[in-house]
Parts: sequence; C-alpha cells; structure tokens
Amino acid sequence: MKLVYLIVILLAGGLLSWVTGRWSRVLPRIIALISLTTDLILLLLIYKNQAGTGTGIWMIQYKTEWIPSFGISLYLAADGLSMLLLMITYILGLLSVLISWKEIRDATGFFHFNILWILSGITGVFLSLDLFLFYFFWELMLIPMYFLISIWGHENRIYASYKFFIYTQASGLLMLISIITLYFIQGSNSGTYTFDYTQLLGTAMSPTLAYILMLGFLAAFLVKLPVVPFHNWLPDAHAEAPTAGSVILAGLLLKTGAYGLIRFVLPLFPGASVSFAPVGMILGVVGILYGAKLAFAQTDLKRLIAYTSVSHMGFVILGVYAFNEIAFQGVIVQMIAHAVSTGALFILAGQLYERIHTRNILLMGGLWKQLPVMGSMWLIFALASLGLPGLGNFIAEFFILAGTFKSNILMSCLASAGLIGATAYSLRLIQKVLSGRENTEWKLKDLSVREKLVSASLVILILYLGLLPQKVLDTAKPVISNTLNSIEQVVSPGSGLIK
Amino acid sequence: MVTIPVEIQLLFAALLFLMGLIGLLVRRNVIFILMSIEIMFNSAGMVFVIAGSYWAQVDGQVMFIFMLTVTAAEVSVGLALILQMFHHFKTLDADKLSNLKDTN
Amino acid sequence: MTILLALIPIMPLLGFLILACCGSRMSKQMIAFTGAVSVGISVLITLITGLAFLVTPPAGNVVVVNLWQWFSTGGLALSIVFRLDALSLVFIFVITFIGFLIHVYSIDFMAGDEGYARFFAYMNLFVGSMLILVLADNLLLLYLGWEGVGLCSYLLIGFWYREPVNGYAARKAFIITRIGDTAMIIGIFLLFVHFHTLDIQLLMQQASSEWGNGSPLATWAALLLLGGALGKSAQLPLQTWLPDAMAGPSPVSALIHAATMVTAGVYLIARTHVLFELAPAIQTAVAAIGALTLLLAGFSALAQHDLKRVLAYSTISQIGYMFLALGVGAWSAGIFHFMVHAFFKALLFLAGGAVIFALNEEHDIFKMGGLRKKLPVIFWTFLIGSSSLAALPLITAGFYSKDQILWFAWSAGNGNPWLWAAGLLGAFITSMYTFRLVFLVFFGDMVTMPEHHPGRLMLIPMIILAFFSLIAGFIELPESMGHVQWFSKLLDPVLPAVNTAHGRIPESFFQLVAGTISLSGIYLAYRFYLKQPYLTSSFNESRISKFLYKGWGFDRVYDLLFVNPLVWFAVRNKNDFIDLFTSALARAAFYGNYLLSITQNGRIRWYVMAFVIGIVFMLTIFINL
Repeated sequence: MKLVYLIVILLAGGLLSWVTGRWSRVLPRIIALISLTTDLILLLLIYKNQAGTGTGIWMIQYKTEWIPSFGISLYLAADGLSMLLLMITYILGLLSVLISWKEIRDATGFFHFNILWILSGITGVFLSLDLFLFYFFWELMLIPMYFLISIWGHENRIYASYKFFIYTQASGLLMLISIITLYFIQGSNSGTYTFDYTQLLGTAMSPTLAYILMLGFLAAFLVKLPVVPFHNWLPDAHAEAPTAGSVILAGLLLKTGAYGLIRFVLPLFPGASVSFAPVGMILGVVGILYGAKLAFAQTDLKRLIAYTSVSHMGFVILGVYAFNEIAFQGVIVQMIAHAVSTGALFILAGQLYERIHTRNILLMGGLWKQLPVMGSMWLIFALASLGLPGLGNFIAEFFILAGTFKSNILMSCLASAGLIGATAYSLRLIQKVLSGRENTEWKLKDLSVREKLVSASLVILILYLGLLPQKVLDTAKPVISNTLNSIEQVVSPGSGLIK
Repeated sequence: MVTIPVEIQLLFAALLFLMGLIGLLVRRNVIFILMSIEIMFNSAGMVFVIAGSYWAQVDGQVMFIFMLTVTAAEVSVGLALILQMFHHFKTLDADKLSNLKDTN
Repeated sequence: MTILLALIPIMPLLGFLILACCGSRMSKQMIAFTGAVSVGISVLITLITGLAFLVTPPAGNVVVVNLWQWFSTGGLALSIVFRLDALSLVFIFVITFIGFLIHVYSIDFMAGDEGYARFFAYMNLFVGSMLILVLADNLLLLYLGWEGVGLCSYLLIGFWYREPVNGYAARKAFIITRIGDTAMIIGIFLLFVHFHTLDIQLLMQQASSEWGNGSPLATWAALLLLGGALGKSAQLPLQTWLPDAMAGPSPVSALIHAATMVTAGVYLIARTHVLFELAPAIQTAVAAIGALTLLLAGFSALAQHDLKRVLAYSTISQIGYMFLALGVGAWSAGIFHFMVHAFFKALLFLAGGAVIFALNEEHDIFKMGGLRKKLPVIFWTFLIGSSSLAALPLITAGFYSKDQILWFAWSAGNGNPWLWAAGLLGAFITSMYTFRLVFLVFFGDMVTMPEHHPGRLMLIPMIILAFFSLIAGFIELPESMGHVQWFSKLLDPVLPAVNTAHGRIPESFFQLVAGTISLSGIYLAYRFYLKQPYLTSSFNESRISKFLYKGWGFDRVYDLLFVNPLVWFAVRNKNDFIDLFTSALARAAFYGNYLLSITQNGRIRWYVMAFVIGIVFMLTIFINL
C-alpha cells in the first residue's frame, strides 16, 4: 500500500496545487514542497524498514487486480535500483520546486500540477511491474512535460515541445506494439493472457521475433536515453524548457530510459540483447564522442549542457551492454551522478539566466568577479562533468570503462577518448562564462541563501558519491546479479559472467 | 410488339445516368449542373419503371411519381440556393464557389 | 606514526577548505597565515617522520595507514591508503619543504593581488593533491592525486583570468595532460582486468611472477603508463604545454612547473619500475625520449627572449635527463637529479620572478641587464642556481647529479654511447643557455631600472634554496671522490640498483669530460653574450632561431593536424546534421499535407469526381470478390 501512497500523494498534491493556484501564488509551491518531502520521508522509511526483508530481489511489493479480463493488474514493486532512482527523483523534485520559487510567476498552480504529475509518472515508471501500467505511467510523464515546455519555456518553446512530444510519443507507441505482441505470444503459449512482468519473463519465442520485439522496446528507451541517431529532441527540449523542466528532463526522464533497459529489455530478451550488444556498444561510443564534439561547439549555454547529457548517457548504454558487474555498477552510479551534476549545471544556468537574461555564452565572461560563489559551483560541476576523481562521475565512468575493457578493448579505448572531449567542452564552458573580460554593464548579485542551499546539497551529494559510494553499490548489487544471471543463462550456463 | 431485352433497357438507363453525370462534372454553370442532376434523377426513375415492367407490377411507375415529387422539391430548393449564390457572388460559375478550400 | 602520516596530505587540504569557504572574509594576514602554516605543519611532520624513518626504520621499511574503504565491487576493492617508503619520503620532503618556501615567498609576491585567498587556496589544494599522488598505495588513488594536480595547474595557470591568453594556456595544459592521462587510465584498465587489483605492491609482485620479460601485455601496460608520464612531465611529444604555462604567476611556475607536478611522471615510472623492467623496449623508449627531449628543449631554450620561457624549456630538458636516467636503469640517479633539480629550478623561478617583479613585469631578457649591482641578493642566488643547473664542477649539487646520470648513460646495462653523447651535448647547451641568461640579465648595461625591491619574505626562501642547491649533492658522491652513497642506499629497498656493464674507462674520465663541457659552455656564453654580442646578432635574426623559438614547430604541427580540423568540424556541424533528418521528416509531412490539400480545393465538381472514382473503385472490388 505504501507504494501506492507514493504515487497518490503526488497526484493529489498536483491537483491541490492547481486548485489553490487560483487564489494564491505561493500556496502551490508550498503544497508541492510538502508532497515531495512526504514522499521522500515515506521512501526513506520504506528503505529502512524493508531493506533485506522482501522476497527475492524485491524489497516491497503491492499487487491488486485492475482489469482482470485483460490480465492487467496494479502491480508495483521496488528493489534496490528503484529505491536509488526514487530517492534521486524526490531530491531533484524538491530542488526543482525550490529553484522555481522566483522564476515562475504566472500560473504557478498549473506549473506545480505539471511538475508533480511528471514526478508521479516517473515514480510509477520506476515502480510498476505490470507492462500495461508501465506504459500508462510512461505516457503520463510526457504530457505534463509538454505543457511545461510549451507554456513556461523560452523563445523557441513551441517547436521544442512538439519535437519532444512527437519523438517520445512515437517511440513509445513502438514499445506499445511490442508489449501487446509479447502479451499475445505469452497468452498463446501458456493460455493465461497477462501483462504481468514476472510472468512474461522467459516467454518462449523464436530468436528473430525476440529481436524484433526487443527493438520495439529499445525504440522507446533509446530515444529517451538518448542515443545518438535519436537524440535530436534533447537539445531543443532542454534549452527551451524552464529551469525546473530542464532539471527534471535531464536528471530524471533520461534515467527512465536507462531503467527500462536494465529492468525490461535485458531480462525479457536476454538472447536478443546479447546479439545486439556490439551495436549497443558502438552506439554508446558514437554518443560519447559525437555528443562531446557537439557540446564543444555550442554557444547557447543550455544547449551545451544538453549535449553533455548526450555524451554522458553514451556511457550508460556502453556500460549496460558490457555485461559485467563492475560496468553495471558504473551505469547505476552514472545515473545518479549524472542526475546530480547535470541537474546542478542546469540549475546554475537557470540562476544565471535569471540574472542576465541571456543564454549566449559569447556575451558572458569575467563573471568570477561579481559571482564568486556561483563561479565556484560552476567550476565544481564542470569538473564533475569532465570526470575529476573524487566526484561521483569519475567513479561511474571508471567503472563503466573498466568493465567495458573486460568485454571489448577497442570500445573502451575509443570511449576513453571521450574523456578528452569532456575536458574540452567543460573547460570551454568555464572559460567563456567565468573568465575573460567582464561585461561592465551588468550589476549582478551572487547566490541567495535559498540558491546556496540548493547548490550546497548537490555538492555534498556529488562528493559523497565520489568518495563513499559503497552504500549505493551495495543497494544496487542484487538487481545487477539478477540481471546478469538472466543474461548468463542464455549465453552459456555457468560461464561466470559476473566477475 | 417487339420486346426490348431488359439488358438494353437498363443499358439505356445507365447511359442516360452517365450522360447526366458527365454533364454534372463537365458543365460549370450551376443551372446546367442542376439540369444534369435532373437527368440523373430521371434515369434512376427510368430504372424503377423498367423494373416495374420486368416484374409486371405497377409499383415501378408509382415510384416514378414519387421521384417526380422529390425532384420538384429538390429543384425548388436548388434554384433558391442558386438565386442566393448569384446574389452573393454575382456569378453562376460553380468553380468560383471555393471559399472552403484548404488555404495551405 | 601512522596518524601523523595521514596528516601530511590532510593539512594542506584542510587549508584549502578553510580558504575556499571563508577566504573572502579573512584578512590578508590570516589568509597568508593559513596558507603557509598548513604547509608548514606538513613540513614539520614530514621532517619528524623522515627522521624517525631514517633513524629507526620501521618494519619492511614502510609505513602504511588505511583511512577508509573507497569502494568494493565487481572484483575490485580499493581503499584510501597512504604508504610511506624511501621513494615517497624523498618526494614528500621535496614537495612540503619547497612548497613551504614558495608559500612564504608568495606572501610577499602576491600581496597586491585581489585573488589572494584564491591563490593560497589553490596552492594548498595543489600541495595536498601532490602529496596524495606520491603517498598513494594504489593506482586509482594515485590517479586521483594526478588529476588533482592537473586541476590545480589549470586553475593556477589561468589565475589571472581576465586575460583570455592565460585561459587558453591553462586549457592547453589541461587538455594535453588529459591526453596523457587517458593513456594512463587505459593502462590502469589493463592492469585491473589482468590482476583484479590496483594495489601497487600487489601489482608489481603479480606482474613479475606472471609476465615474463618482454611480454606483450607488460609492454602495453608500460607504454600506456608512459603515455601518462609524458603528458604530465611535458616530454616529447606532449611537451608543448609547458612553455605556455608560464602565463601563471612565478610561484606557480616554481612549484608546479619545476619542482613537483612535472616530476609526477618521473615518480610514476619509478614507482612502477617493475613493469618497465619487464618491457625493455619501453624502457629504451623512455631513455630515447629523454635524450631527444633534452636536446630539443635545450636548443629551444637558446633562442628564447622571455626569462620564464628559458626556464620552462630548461625544465623540460632537465626532466629529459631524469627520463634518460630511468630509461637506462639508473633509478636512484634519476630521483637524485629530481631532488637537486627541484631545489635549483625552484630557486631560479623564484629569483626570476623576483627580477620580473623588480622590473615591473618586464619579461624580455634583452630589455634587462646589469642588474647585479642593484639586486645583489637576487644576483647571487640566481648565480648559484644557474651554476647548479649548468653543473659547475665540484661545488654545485647539479654537477653530482647530472654527472651521475651521464656516467650511467654510458655504463649502465641499458646504457649506450649515443645516449651519453646526447646527454653530454645537452649539458653543453644547458650551461650555454643558462649563462646566456645570467649574462644578459645581470651583466652588461642596464636597460630597465628596477623599481621595486623584493622584501625579506621573498629573499629568505631563495637563500635557503641556494644553500641546498650547493650542498644537496654531497650526499651522493661518485667513487672517485669519496664514494658517498647515502642517497642510493636510502632508496635501495625500493628501487633496484643500477647494474654497470662497461668497466674499461674509469668514471673519473667522464667526470673530467663533463666538467670541461660545462665550463666551456659557460665560457662560450661569456664570449657570445657578454664580450662580443655582435657575433650572435645574426643568429638571433636567422630562420633557425625563429624555428627554435617556436619550439621546433610542434605547436604548428599539432594545430594543423589536430586542433584546426577538429574545431572546424565542430563549428561546421554546430547544428548537428542528424537534425536534418528529423527536420526532413517534418518537412516531408508538411509536403504531404501540401500535396493532399490540393484535393481540398473547395470545388464541388472535384468532390463529385472523387465520389465517382470511389464508387467505381468499390464496385470493381465488390464485383471481383
């Protein structure tokens, strides 16, 4: 029941925000804060109480019938991976509400309604084990985000919101086709028609069919991740969205793609995944290098940061298809570290935009003088982006590259070249924004207490991930062992892929 | 008297319908379009009469009378619309009535 | 003792934290105090631990302290462990001692700068990272320190951020060293995948037992680690960043780009010497690269106008000597030269910085001259430093360390007459460019008047360093002169002794040759730059001079081959050609709309025609069914 509460609190909070938005501008923000804090506390309680008590890998489950005649149930379950991602969801959600405090002035009720519903959609995605329910929440994430971008975004927002929506919707439909086909196959194989994930595992089907169905699922997840040929929605959506929208997009929505890969694609189609692995790794490497190259060339601050997301997510898909434990640990740490560091960069970009009303880095420069605290934050997170040891992203990238080295040396070396690219774009960012001659007409105020609070918490998080990642690694370990097991059984039973 | 085979009769009706249709498609003047529609109506009525004579029942000719009535009503409505059209657009050219076109 | 060891790197890091968080609220004295004292405490602890280490060597000659477990997963478990043995003892002594002296110097040097707190914060962070680097017990922690010093180098080169040129120099340094770092991390992956550990001692043991001499894996591992060393130590082909790094303040050049960070490569190779011994091809490459670099940089130094750039090229050249030593198997000789070089090079940079400070930011040596009367302390310390650099026989420390390298270049197992000849030629060039510098700056007619005189806080560190530049050599005397082997005995447990092969020609002959070369270089510099300067005026204008000035055209080549194409491609593709596909889709949809909307022309006759076609179509289908 607690899992249902997690979702329902957000939905109800959203509705309440919308309603109260009619007569108060501050009340929706407070309601949003309260709902998110409640959820975070609830989550931490669940984590504390349930850790190690569930059956198998699931820490806590909840299942009731929804539409029995179609085999659709309300099946929610959480394991280590979901827990970690949910924690970062609520933390980033809280931060995005905090940073929108001064930035969003019109229709705050509807704004917070959208944010809370996106977050509840994300929560549902991370929790649902019924494929129909999963698709339902997947789509639920999209529509409020569309509104967020198109109403509160910047100049080119209509174009960006359309692009985002159509791209992700179309890929989601391909996933729907796969889901339904899987449903029918399982039904004709075993006689019970069900959307239940645990019963769909191990559906017997021919390898070609499995490959095609996997491609359907992959369509949705690769677009969400994003993986290079399908990444075009990302720069526009990120650049034109309001700051909270960018943070949620970069920090959370991209992770749903990675989560889908690990939770659904690999266990449901192990054989097809193994045959897809070389392609996956190549896509990862291309993403890393191409994303870095694109990031280097941008003059729009948020587009630059958006392309760095493309590059970092390339590491994720590279690590997933390396099929060993250390690479998977790297993937999970990367999901969290990237959420923190890129979220922080977008927050800083938003704070800067609030002050100077431009995103063009060619107009910036010499901001160290007037904004030393913000400058230090920029520096710290740019360094996180380039993978400085001691911060979370280094652990993630090191694990992923080391794990990939085990599977495929060439890919690992090529991807390591991405580290040089990361240095190039991060340092260019710092140079253009903070160094150089000042623009003397701006009189800027440094970070306020609220903003400092936000930045400080992110710094602490990224340092924690960089220096003491063991708790995170332990939480994720059962999921990883499970996923690797299912791969291993297909490749060669008992070959000991897990190292 | 010489019985005309029913196929020829139907063919005659079809040809009449076709002439009416072609007239409808080809003529631009709305009055001529209306007249072509009349011809099509009459050919349809003709088919009813042919059927009536084939089955040796009088219902066919009854239907023809119904059809005449309907045609009369339709023509009066049509002429009224044509009057309005002429009043508004000052032309009887059917192609000029394209305000509902897709302006893309 | 173990807690004390952990405090050595922690104190400067603590200093960094304090200055970073509260620096803007502290007074100048407080900032200086915090910055210098944190390193000062490290020096004290180093001296105490060093003394304890020497007097009563601990078990196995190591001290280990385990702080916390960093992570444990998937076959790799690493902890934050510091390990003190003879090699790291030498390094931490140099880092903390010279670091402390430079911090004291900076109190005066940077006094007028508005980024005072920022400067000391970064310097402290640097010292802390460098200490982590040399005390690290596993390769990943070493890499953490490695990147940390790279970061501080970037921050300090670009310290005066208002000038875009400084920013570019900083970025260049970081990116070039990152290229080396990437090679190093791939080497680390290789070691991890084969041995499932990154603990240096375990790695060395397992490597020597599992990998035979000349094994391809060992060769790759050594090559990749060498790549990292080349980047950080500014050797061929990654040497182009160091001359430009002189854009940073002089204390930075002294600490980072002379004494410590650039020697990190030397440390790495010495620390992983087992791998290099298992890969003789790579070890020879180390020596060859060292020899080539020392010549290349030496020649470039002859053609420079900027005081600091001469010293920068000189640093590249001297590190080439260290690589040469490591490459022929003279491990402790390389470390000995590192220590001596740290003293005199830091001194030269500090003194040079003092000259520049006194002349109000004048860098061009041709605009200096005759300063020895007006700036006596600086003159004498600079002279001592230069003599040590030029390896003036018998009295300077530089003579003993460089001579030892030259001797081993000839006589060691991997030694080679060509290497010796290169080293000798390099020594000649070294004394020539060094004394060119001395004569042009301190002798002759005065061109620019000194306006500021350096204070005591700047002069005292220089004097101390001058003292060490003279006496530091006496702890390792060659056979013919008393055969003092304190230094190599100290390093014996850690680094293998050099095996000398040739024995026909006695060592004293080599010392004589080396001494003669050094003196002749000084004499030639005297002739060309002081007595009869017209002899070199044609050289100064020649094409060769310009070529050497530009560092043998490496920058041009790299720009042409790598930088320009990549940047052009990046800018050209700024809008991402893949976007064209998606927008092509959108345009196709619009075009389809346009085509189909032709049928919606509002004409009734068309619509009727559509009916007719449809009816005909359906009739055909239904009749056929």
